[in-house]
Amino acid sequence: MCETCGCGDPEIVPVEVQARILSDNDAQARHNRSHFEGLGVLAVNLMGSPGAGKTAVLEATAQAAGARLRLGAVSGDLATERDADRLNAAGIVSATITTGSACHLDARLVHHALHHFPSDDRDVFFIENVGNLVCPAIYDLGQAANVVALSVTEGEDKPLKYPVMFRKADLVLLTKIDLVPHLDYDVAAVRDALTRVMPEPAVLEMSAKTGEGIAEWLRWLEARRPAPRRGGPRPHHHHDHAHT
Amino acid sequence: MHEYSIVASLIDRVQREAKAHGGTRVHRLHVKIGELSGVELDLLTTAFETFRERTICEGAELSIDTIDAAWACPVCDQRMPRGAVLRCSSCQRPARLVQGDEIILERIEMEASHV
Repeated sequence: MCETCGCGDPEIVPVEVQARILSDNDAQARHNRSHFEGLGVLAVNLMGSPGAGKTAVLEATAQAAGARLRLGAVSGDLATERDADRLNAAGIVSATITTGSACHLDARLVHHALHHFPSDDRDVFFIENVGNLVCPAIYDLGQAANVVALSVTEGEDKPLKYPVMFRKADLVLLTKIDLVPHLDYDVAAVRDALTRVMPEPAVLEMSAKTGEGIAEWLRWLEARRPAPRRGGPRPHHHHDHAHT
Repeated sequence: MHEYSIVASLIDRVQREAKAHGGTRVHRLHVKIGELSGVELDLLTTAFETFRERTICEGAELSIDTIDAAWACPVCDQRMPRGAVLRCSSCQRPARLVQGDEIILERIEMEASHV
């Protein structure tokens, strides 16, 4: 009630908040990050369009790494478990996060998957995001690095069209590079586009089919692995919430 | 269409704030959305108008303050022109995003008993 004139209008007050709208996701992502760090595992958020070759990259990674790296993955998939089936067949311990109609993974979905994941002794843990160049870029999942798979069949202008995704990338895998001789594709043009959206552009030309770039990709992963923890892995982080 | 999930988080937050301040009805939300936040303003507005029904935000307005992206050299502070290579032309250092990735709830205007 307005106290000045008693007109009956309610009093409207401003409440300052000044907070990120996704602060709940950020908090969950920090929790996931401490989980990965506690296990000494390198967590990689692998993003890209549908059909960019994310699953094929992981299959080729497993083949090249052999017993050198213990790989794990969760795959965000709208409706099927096909990606996880392919990855398990390739020797990567994998699980599916079925997202239904959701176009991206968020930190809560990844957290849930982690607690049902069959193994906690992985060296590198891939979070294969839902195929989409927009939505996944917005959600921190607790990863140590963002990697974007961009295939040469998608055109050179994709980085300029989807700057939000590429700005967040620590590395771009230019996939299906073996197809370049069959296409009007200008590798220099995509590299130039990336310098305009990524402050520290890092690009690896790669073919899961011929194996080009895979050895360099493995070196990139190895270089980012956390140093082995003295006295073995830290005990599981503290939880004050129930798991469903 | 992550705008729907952003709006769900937004309304959750507003509900918590209203409870903390004894708010009964929300009139207006002020949010700040950056050009490089990945949020489409039209979709955000549509999502808000859909989801606000039967929540404390029913009938509330969404006021969006948009923030242009700006990149600058972290050392000499030189701004990069739009569309330019994100590297300082003087000292060659990688540019830093100064503004433009905001997804922020700034302020809520509500009928409230204690603020």
